Amino acid sequence: MSDQNKIIEELPKKEIIENSKDLSKKMIELDNLNKWYGEFHVLKDINLKVGEGEIVVVAGPSGSGKSTMIRCINRLEEYQEGIIKVKGVEVNSDVKNLREIRSNVAMVFQHFNLFPHLSIIDNLTLAPVHVYGKSTKEARETAMYYLNRVNIAEQADKFPNQLSGGQQQRVAIARALCKSPDIMLFDEPTSALDPEMIGEVLDVMIGLAKEGKTMVCVTHEMGFARKVADRVIFMDAGQIVEENEPETFFNNPESDRLKTFLEQILAH
Amino acid sequence: MVYDLKSAKEPPLKERGAIAWIRHNLLSTPLNIILTLVSIWLLYIILPPLFNWFVLDANFAGTTKAECTNDGACWVFINQKLKLFIYGFYPESELWRANLAILLSGLAIFLVASEKTSVKIKATALLILPTISTILLIGGFLGLEHVATDRWGGLLLTLIISFVGIIASFPLGLLFALGRQSKMPIVKTLSVFYIELIRGVPLITLLFMASVVLPLFFPDGVDFNKLMRALIAITLFQAAYVAENIRGGLQAIPKGQYEASSALGLTYWKQMRLVILPQAIKVAIPNLVGSFIALFMDTSLVMIIGLYDVLSTVTLASSDRDWLGLGTEGFVFVAIIYWVFNFAMSRYSVKLEKKLDTNRRD
Repeated sequence: MSDQNKIIEELPKKEIIENSKDLSKKMIELDNLNKWYGEFHVLKDINLKVGEGEIVVVAGPSGSGKSTMIRCINRLEEYQEGIIKVKGVEVNSDVKNLREIRSNVAMVFQHFNLFPHLSIIDNLTLAPVHVYGKSTKEARETAMYYLNRVNIAEQADKFPNQLSGGQQQRVAIARALCKSPDIMLFDEPTSALDPEMIGEVLDVMIGLAKEGKTMVCVTHEMGFARKVADRVIFMDAGQIVEENEPETFFNNPESDRLKTFLEQILAH
Repeated sequence: MVYDLKSAKEPPLKERGAIAWIRHNLLSTPLNIILTLVSIWLLYIILPPLFNWFVLDANFAGTTKAECTNDGACWVFINQKLKLFIYGFYPESELWRANLAILLSGLAIFLVASEKTSVKIKATALLILPTISTILLIGGFLGLEHVATDRWGGLLLTLIISFVGIIASFPLGLLFALGRQSKMPIVKTLSVFYIELIRGVPLITLLFMASVVLPLFFPDGVDFNKLMRALIAITLFQAAYVAENIRGGLQAIPKGQYEASSALGLTYWKQMRLVILPQAIKVAIPNLVGSFIALFMDTSLVMIIGLYDVLSTVTLASSDRDWLGLGTEGFVFVAIIYWVFNFAMSRYSVKLEKKLDTNRRD
């Protein structure tokens, strides 16, 4: 245990985020969410509220349902029971609702999912031009702004396969930002990256966090969680087992399952 | 310990140029050496007689069979029947219309295939030029003699059927491919049913159906043009194969592409048009071209419903009493025509694949 404590002590301390957060204003509400894959009960009575500007990190062993949960928020997955609301709009089969939710919520994926047949700049302008009715010129300006933000503007005319994994993921983040979403969902954004590229992606995410963007991140990067999260959630076997502010979460885990999990991921 | 940087040297003599090529490609293993020798021997046996028949002993000049006195090919036959092979029974005074029509449609293909034209120009060319060609071929206005479709024939007819079959089956096949992937059970079932039904039936059956059975459903007096019936049958046939080829492409697209485009807010049709299909069709190109080549050759089946494509005009000409026994020359000629068009299609597909290959890292 002493080793683990030492590692936790060495994790960067939470940095003060200057932008005001309004945690009373609920951006995402999950009420008694239940989901099944056939017979398999994958999400069990999930209750989660995320306030404006809040940064929630979701951790847990693989197969615990954390990715499934955040994919329900923008309806990449359907759910069978309970209610999800994004900025007060219910996530259901209503096309109008779906359009509004997809314009408010952006997602970054584990495998980047850039469009390989389009150049970087075209990847970024696709949705603004074809979904949100921006002019090509305006969309390109916005795209270049965000490419600059993620330090990759010079690659604008290349194709995704010509970039490294870290670069591709930064492009994916820039693409997600181009529609000015209120909420960013990250689904294990660094899990498919070579170790030396994780830092560049986390730096971009930390930058976003400091700006006060509402974020839900499924990640194993505990350093990131400690640094920027307002709350860390631990999921196991389809339910939320424990949630706390990072300090308590890492230093005083209550449940045995979380203790075991922390031991495992911090042991190396 | 520090080492100096070395400058690059030329490879040894036997690894350079033609010597290296011969060593690696013709003489690399004992088996390879034997195969090389056998190939040379076969070429020695086949090529000289073939060349004699084609050129040295062949008859080029003259107007009748009697003038073919040499042992080789009687190209006089082809020369005399060329108009029949190319235009069928299209009136001789109106051949310029057929030429212009082929030229305009050829221009349409060129504009569509060219890298320099915009999508707008491609679409316009594909809509307008073939329409003008058709009107020109049919005639019956401004003093142009009306030429009924049963007088169209030869290579002209082969090209028309292939062109229409390829162009019209593509959008239809695309819809069936998407239908087969659809989450809506009725659309999916209908698509699967259609594709499997058509693929389970030979083209010749469909052509029979179109020419014999179809008219039974029309009231008396409504005569559905024979060529039109063949075009419909071929389009419906080809659409099922296009659908399966495109489905193969669709299956190669990772799930993440659907998810990412959905998450960005793209609706189904935009997702398909902008993200999925451009990638899926790229994957499908080799198979699509393969099935278009097969279609080009299958057009010769229209012979059984009484249309005279290039192959049937040759059959017809070689049973001409004045030219009996010259089938070989005719069929060699048709084979060359087929080969030229198919080879061109095949080369174009290779070029297209290279152009669309986004995996290159240069």
